[in-house]
Amino acid sequence: MPHSKTQTQVPDAGAQSPAEQTAAPASELRSAAFARTKLPSAGEAEALVQAQAGDHHAFAHLYSLHKRRIYSLCLRMVGNIAEAEDLTQEAFLQLHRKIATFRGDSAFSTWLHRLAINVVLMHLRKKGLSVISLDEAMDPADEDRPGRSFGARDPSLAGAIDRMTLTRAIDDLPTGYRLIFVLHDIEGYEHNEIAEMLDCSIGNSKSQLHKARLRLRHALRSSSRQEARR
Amino acid sequence: MKENAINMTCAEFQAQLPELIGSGEQIAEHPHIRSCALCRALLADLETIAEAARQLFPIEEPPDELWDQIELAIQKEENSPDRG
Repeated sequence: MPHSKTQTQVPDAGAQSPAEQTAAPASELRSAAFARTKLPSAGEAEALVQAQAGDHHAFAHLYSLHKRRIYSLCLRMVGNIAEAEDLTQEAFLQLHRKIATFRGDSAFSTWLHRLAINVVLMHLRKKGLSVISLDEAMDPADEDRPGRSFGARDPSLAGAIDRMTLTRAIDDLPTGYRLIFVLHDIEGYEHNEIAEMLDCSIGNSKSQLHKARLRLRHALRSSSRQEARR
Repeated sequence: MKENAINMTCAEFQAQLPELIGSGEQIAEHPHIRSCALCRALLADLETIAEAARQLFPIEEPPDELWDQIELAIQKEENSPDRG
């Protein structure tokens, strides 16, 4: 791939696509593939063809279009800025190596998204996260057990969750909980897809997602109570 | 839904909840939910959390230097004698 001698300036691709700006319906717990099916951004198709032909500037443009989504995904999956930066770099390096193999069977953003998830999962496996350790990480704490997870006098969480508190609570989840919660509730993957990615059963995915939500509920309620005392 | 669902304890209902949620059933119509305020509150909170998660659009911005590093790594790979 040809390179200019000076480093390529990455144009700003804008914060959100129309797909990202559209909220999913509030009435159901079950997720749809709302987050990863991003509408193609302006110029993406052209840039893709050019990047596949080895145009470095076109590749830089693809980076600018997708950097936020991929970085955000990595950050949410690992909960650590330095690791997220390394993984974003690795994902785009892999994209550079494999871009010519993209045949358009799915949307480019979906393909890239899955590639990035695989990079993160590979990284976590190297660190020793397996299905066994997923189960260990998800050993239910007291607050996760049936009958202990709520109190009658606690107010509802509806309208009480702000973005920052939720993000912090997700970051504080154990790795196994966080992975499944991010993949299902934020990224919109179905349990069968998650089971395949994480090499676990569909039932395990459902059960761990539920435990993750219970853990978040406990954290958010604690945070809400602390706020109320101030 | 099974007839004995109405006689379920909270613990029994909550043990089934992951599967019920994952199945996409109308849990609000479940006999236990209709009769139990505590489990209704639990379900409402879980719905609120799932909905709030959907609103977490990817707005985190990677540092500008990251592209420089990626570009450098690409150049390094392309100049590697092992390439091709």
